[in-house]
Amino acid sequence: MTDVTLRIWRGDASGGDFENYSVEKNEGEVVLDVIHRIQATEAPDLACRWNCKAGKCGSCAAEINGKPGLLCMTRIDQLPEGPVTVTPMKTFPIIRDLVTDVSFNFEMAKKVPALLPPPMPEGGYVMFQEDVERGQEFRKCIECFMCQDVCHVIRDHEENKQHYAGPRFFIRYAELEMHPLDTNDRRDLVREEMGLGYCNITKCCTEVCPEHIKITDNAIIPLKERVVDAHYDPVAWLGRKILRRTTRSSSDAAVQPAP
Amino acid sequence: MTSTYEHHDYDVLIIGAGGAGLRAAIEAKQRGLKVGIITKSLLGKAHTVMAEGGMAAAMGNVYADDNWKVHFRDTMRGGKYLNNYRMAELHAKESPDRVHELEQWGALFDRTKEGKILQRDFGGHRYARLAHVGDRTGLELIRTLQQKVVSMDTDVFMECKVLKLVHDGEGRIAGCVAYWRPTGEFVTFSAKAVILATGGAGKSWKFTSNSWEGTGDGHAMALWAGAQLIDMECIQFHPTGMVWPLSVRGLLVTEGVRGDGGVLRNSEGKRFMFDYVAPMFRDETAETEEEGDKWYDDHTAGRRPPELLPRDEVARAINAEVKAGRGSPHGGVFLDIASRRTPEFIRRRLPSMYHQFMELAGVDITSESMEIGPTCHYIMGGVKVDAETAATLVPGLFAAGEVAGGMHGANRLGGNSLSDLVVFGRRAGIGAAEYIASGEAATSFDMAEAEEAIREATAPFDRTEGENPYDIQRDLQEMMQLNVGIIRTASEVEDAIAQLEVFTERVKNIAVKGGRAYNPGWNLTTDLPAMLTVCKTVARGASLRKESRGGHTREDFPLADPEFAKFNFAHTTDGGNWDSPIVTVESPLLAMPEELKALLEEAK
Repeated sequence: MTDVTLRIWRGDASGGDFENYSVEKNEGEVVLDVIHRIQATEAPDLACRWNCKAGKCGSCAAEINGKPGLLCMTRIDQLPEGPVTVTPMKTFPIIRDLVTDVSFNFEMAKKVPALLPPPMPEGGYVMFQEDVERGQEFRKCIECFMCQDVCHVIRDHEENKQHYAGPRFFIRYAELEMHPLDTNDRRDLVREEMGLGYCNITKCCTEVCPEHIKITDNAIIPLKERVVDAHYDPVAWLGRKILRRTTRSSSDAAVQPAP
Repeated sequence: MTSTYEHHDYDVLIIGAGGAGLRAAIEAKQRGLKVGIITKSLLGKAHTVMAEGGMAAAMGNVYADDNWKVHFRDTMRGGKYLNNYRMAELHAKESPDRVHELEQWGALFDRTKEGKILQRDFGGHRYARLAHVGDRTGLELIRTLQQKVVSMDTDVFMECKVLKLVHDGEGRIAGCVAYWRPTGEFVTFSAKAVILATGGAGKSWKFTSNSWEGTGDGHAMALWAGAQLIDMECIQFHPTGMVWPLSVRGLLVTEGVRGDGGVLRNSEGKRFMFDYVAPMFRDETAETEEEGDKWYDDHTAGRRPPELLPRDEVARAINAEVKAGRGSPHGGVFLDIASRRTPEFIRRRLPSMYHQFMELAGVDITSESMEIGPTCHYIMGGVKVDAETAATLVPGLFAAGEVAGGMHGANRLGGNSLSDLVVFGRRAGIGAAEYIASGEAATSFDMAEAEEAIREATAPFDRTEGENPYDIQRDLQEMMQLNVGIIRTASEVEDAIAQLEVFTERVKNIAVKGGRAYNPGWNLTTDLPAMLTVCKTVARGASLRKESRGGHTREDFPLADPEFAKFNFAHTTDGGNWDSPIVTVESPLLAMPEELKALLEEAK
């Protein structure tokens, strides 16, 4: 078996540099296998986040040769010859080596108003496969946050994190918006506080999605259309003015008792 | 109490953020309690996401004849009657409600033509019973519960590793001591009740479907804290793990492949499972391929194909075929759905299997067979609990999910795990709330106990010379795979027991390099005591159970012995430390009421 050289960024918030590791590689191995071999031999303190090693949990997202990728799904033999450069995701603050602080995403998750379904009828809700399929596509998301990493709105503009939820949460809002049971209305929230308008549909997020979710075409664009309809529809505008009604609620669904 | 460490105080503290932990949190939170969740990883990454095929619940959406009694019977038969019958009964009765409640919280299950929740066939279940979302049901479960927990504004401590449970002065659980993985700083938690929901222990075997997290932390901490572990020798080797490339050996291939029509073949192309039908399953298993094939479309037209026997039966059969020289090139057998279903069907029903094989092995499962073999998947054994409340024998300590024992007996049926998580996660939340309401909970926290655990955890930094923790982990995995794997024998198990003492000394001599902040070598070092404790109880159980039953197969005692169906082996420690001697006793099974016994007698 031949060797492979990994150029891995090592350091923490105070700074760091690349270190080269030349280790053996075996047939069919992914980048994460080689990182594990480096940990087990030369560098037991090399920080790298991972869990399932099967592309199902999204923990091991990093940048491989400058492109976001899951370390556990990127086969060494499918990368170009020569050294492989591995760096942490750029959009998030460094914790150590390849591990970043992704808490931005967990903060954004807290702001999503919960599903608010009608009471469940006897025997359960009736929903048809075609009704649930659109939402199912978005629920494939494994929360690797590579779409967030690659989104230039926050990748190049730290200040936008204050008012921009990012593609991962636009598919979440789209999913709830299209959910057959939901009665909440989040359209104003998405427009005013989640910064949907900042997205100029360059489709970078769609390209890196390991679950092949059509983030831009199936979530962001339809969501933009719905938000625009809600905001610029004169009847809806008048309704908002007269009733001063806000229908979103984050707590209602949470306190519903179990059936 | 004064503390030099960061300290938090909760009513209910939940260790583990998989399905059981999150469901417990929701329940405790709904009861107005202050709830904290601690997880070794980020929220939403727990091993529950790896569950693929579905969640068993006798809703009767596909076969109206299905009901809790049939589900109960299937579970007990699958468990070879070693189950805590009351857990199996509650599980069968309550699973449908738990599925429906997930839907109220946003889950989107696949549907029947009538718009109900679709249910899929799985091994050992008489009827199509698994609610599912393609082959990513675990992800749907964890995301739904995660989103619910977040919407309830629950405190979650991510990437925080618990070292040890802490008592008050009177033997009650009072909290725990942990460290933050990003910084390596220590943190203490006091709580009136602690719920263990730490999952499994498969990482001590070489070929496993478990992630790095499956180190048996909860099993071990419960034992050290004074609780009992039962049935630890009962380990499920899932019949279908990937075998090639080596880097993904052990990775799970869902039973849904067989539920949806996939069959097992040996190197001669033969469907060998017809040769391995045990007497207890003969009445309900097809005798010919034609009969089995009819069953997929209509369960009344024929009996189920033998590929859908319980997992222990299928895993042993694969093992035997490989041993007999009829295996695949990389030491497994072939799982073939390509010749039996259309590419469209396969891609729609099994999308993540399609991608997994395409991307990791370069195999197109719509046109080629998969190579598969058994992989260490699940531990049936766990903390002994009360079925109704999930209470352990230690006041203030509760356990739910894979870390708890009894529900699945000697072998778990596929699909019964996801439903177990939510049924008993909820019950643990109720149990903890009632315990707190009783006014009996701890009011003090033994800081000396926490400080001792911290001293032990930092000791490896003081050694300049010593062992590499990764070497110990690798050797342990190889040793357990070899000596306490799918087929066991007295000499090998005794050898394992002796070797585990040597491993204990090696762990005491680890030297850790680097600092405490996000240091995987140190993190592994703090996992190893739990791994060894679990392995010791597994090996002891495997030595004492001189019979074959479910997930415990003895080459030297190939048959089940009715005498061994009357009790569980229960382990405790003499001393409460990770290197304390383990004491094992026979703990009688709960006596089953006559009306439930009658359900088991019904042949069909």
